[in-house]
Amino acid sequence: MTAATAIKSQASAGYDVARLREDFPILKELIHDKPLVYLDNAATSQKPWPVINAERDYYTHLNANIHRGVHDLSQRATDAFEGGRSKARQFINARKNEEVIFVRGTTEAINLVAMCYGRTKLNAGDEIIVSEMEHHSNIVPWQMACEVTGAVLRVAPISDGGELDMAAYGRLLNERTKIVAMTHVANALGSITPIKAITQLAHACGAIVLVDGAQAAPHIPIDVQDLDVDFYAFSGHKIYAPTGIGILYGKEALLDAMPPYQGGGDMIRSVSFKKTTYNALPYKFEAGTPFIAGGIGLGAAIDYINELGLDNIASHEHDLLDYATLLSRDIPDLKIIGTAREKASVFSFTLGRVHPHDIGTILDHEGIAIRTGHHCAMPVMERLGIQATARASFGLYNTRSEVDALFAGIRKVQKVFA
Amino acid sequence: MSDLSDLYQEVIFDHNKRPRNFGKLFEPNRLAKGFNPLCGDRITLYLVVENGVLKDISFEGQGCAISTASASLLTEILKGKTEAEADAMFKDFHAMVTTDNVEPSEALGKLEVLSGVREFPARVKCATLAWHTLQAALKNRQDSVSTE
Repeated sequence: MTAATAIKSQASAGYDVARLREDFPILKELIHDKPLVYLDNAATSQKPWPVINAERDYYTHLNANIHRGVHDLSQRATDAFEGGRSKARQFINARKNEEVIFVRGTTEAINLVAMCYGRTKLNAGDEIIVSEMEHHSNIVPWQMACEVTGAVLRVAPISDGGELDMAAYGRLLNERTKIVAMTHVANALGSITPIKAITQLAHACGAIVLVDGAQAAPHIPIDVQDLDVDFYAFSGHKIYAPTGIGILYGKEALLDAMPPYQGGGDMIRSVSFKKTTYNALPYKFEAGTPFIAGGIGLGAAIDYINELGLDNIASHEHDLLDYATLLSRDIPDLKIIGTAREKASVFSFTLGRVHPHDIGTILDHEGIAIRTGHHCAMPVMERLGIQATARASFGLYNTRSEVDALFAGIRKVQKVFA
Repeated sequence: MSDLSDLYQEVIFDHNKRPRNFGKLFEPNRLAKGFNPLCGDRITLYLVVENGVLKDISFEGQGCAISTASASLLTEILKGKTEAEADAMFKDFHAMVTTDNVEPSEALGKLEVLSGVREFPARVKCATLAWHTLQAALKNRQDSVSTE
C-alpha cells in the first residue's frame, strides 16, 4: 500500500469540495499553462462568488456614504455595512456590536491597541510579553510602544517543534507585566497556542491579553467571551473576504477608557474650536469613510463559512495536513518546520540544501503557489536556526490531488537540484 | 513563456554547489554586507583594493541558488579588474537582468548565464544582491545594503 492510500479521508461526509470549488472562479486560472494549485492560503485566501457579488452589488445598488443618511440610499448602505458588523460579532461571539471595530486588518488592529492602549497605559519598566513565534505585526507595534514609554518587551520561548513553553511563559509573568500579545496560530509554523490558559495566567497577574487571530480565524471557532481575551484581531482576507477589512474586538470597558485612534469624521459627536467630543463605540475608532464594500463582503464571507460550518472546514483542512505530513515521510530530505501537537493547516518545510526560493520558483512553474521566505517572522526563523522555509497552507477548497501535485512538484525540485 | 532551464543553467548549479572564492579574506580593506529582506538572503563581500584594482575578492553568506551563483561568478570575474571596470560591469549586469531585448554586453562574459533571470521578476533581486553589495563595498559603506 502506498502512503497515498494509507489513511482515509476524515473529512465530513457532506463536505463536497468539488462543488465548493465552483464557488471560487479564480481556481480555474492557468499558471504557466497549468491549472492553478493555490496553496498560499495563510498569505491570503481566494474569494467565493457570494463575496465577489456582495462587493459588486454594493457598488451597483447601494453605493452611498454611511451614517450620514437623510437619503434612503445612505440608510441602505449603512444597514448593509452594519449587517457585516453584526455577523462579525456573532462570528467571534462578542457581547455587543460596540465591541467590534472595523479596521483594515490584523496589523492595523494591533497597531490601534499598541497606540491607544499601550502608549497611554504603559510606564517605564512595565513589561509586554510576546511569543518567540509572532508575526512582525505582533512585535513591531509593541517595540514602538516600548520606545515611547520605556516599557520592556519580553519574549516567551518556544520548543524546537514550535510549541509555546507555558512554564517559561508563566515565569515571565510578574506584577510589571501589563500586556500579553500572543498569536493564536503561528503563521510560519501553524502551532496553535492555548489562548484560554494563557489568558487566565495573564489575568491573574493583572495583565491584559491581545490575541493575533489572523491565522486562527479561518480554522478555529472563536469565542471571545469563553476565551475571556481583552482584544482579538483578525483580517477579512484570510477568511475569504476582501483585503483591506478586518476586525478588532475589544472589551467595552477597555475601549471606552482608550483615547481615539485617528481623528476625523464619524468619530466625533460634536466639533468646535473650544471643545470636541468623541462619538460612542465603535465609531470612536472609525474615523473617515471606511471600506464599506469590504465590511459587506466580510459579512458575506462569514455567511459562506457558517453555511459550511467552521468545524467541517477545519476537519477537511486537517485531513489535507495529515495527508501532506504522511507523504512527506517518503522524502528523507524534507524536514517539516513546526511539529506542534496542536496545529492548523500550515505545512512549512525545508528540503535538504535547496533554498526555499528555488523551491518556490520551480513549483510555480507547475502552477503551484506556495509562500517562501521568512514569512514576516524573522525571529522564529532565527530561533530555529534557519533562514527561510517553503510553506504550503491549505484552505477550504484544496484537495488531496492538489497535495499530490505539491509532492510531484517537490520531487521535480529534487530532480532539478540532484 | 519563461522556461525553467533558462533560469537554472548548468553553470548556475555548478557555482551554487561549489561557490568560488567562498570564505573570509585574511586582510580585506573593503567589506560590505548585503541583505534581501524579502527572502532573508545575506551576503558579505570582502575585498582587497590596491591602487584602484580589485586584487582579491571573496564572499560569505547563505542564499538561494541564484544569489549564491551570482556572488560566486562576480568574485571570479572581478578579480584583477579596476574599480571603474567593476562599476561599468555592474551597470551592464543590471541592464541585462532588468531590460528586455538588450543583448548582454560582451564584457559580461560568463555572467550571461544569469540573463534568464529577466523572465523571473521575483528573482531579479536574488541575482543583483551581490552586485549591490559590491557597490557598497567599493564606496566603503559600512551599513548593510538592502535590495529593498
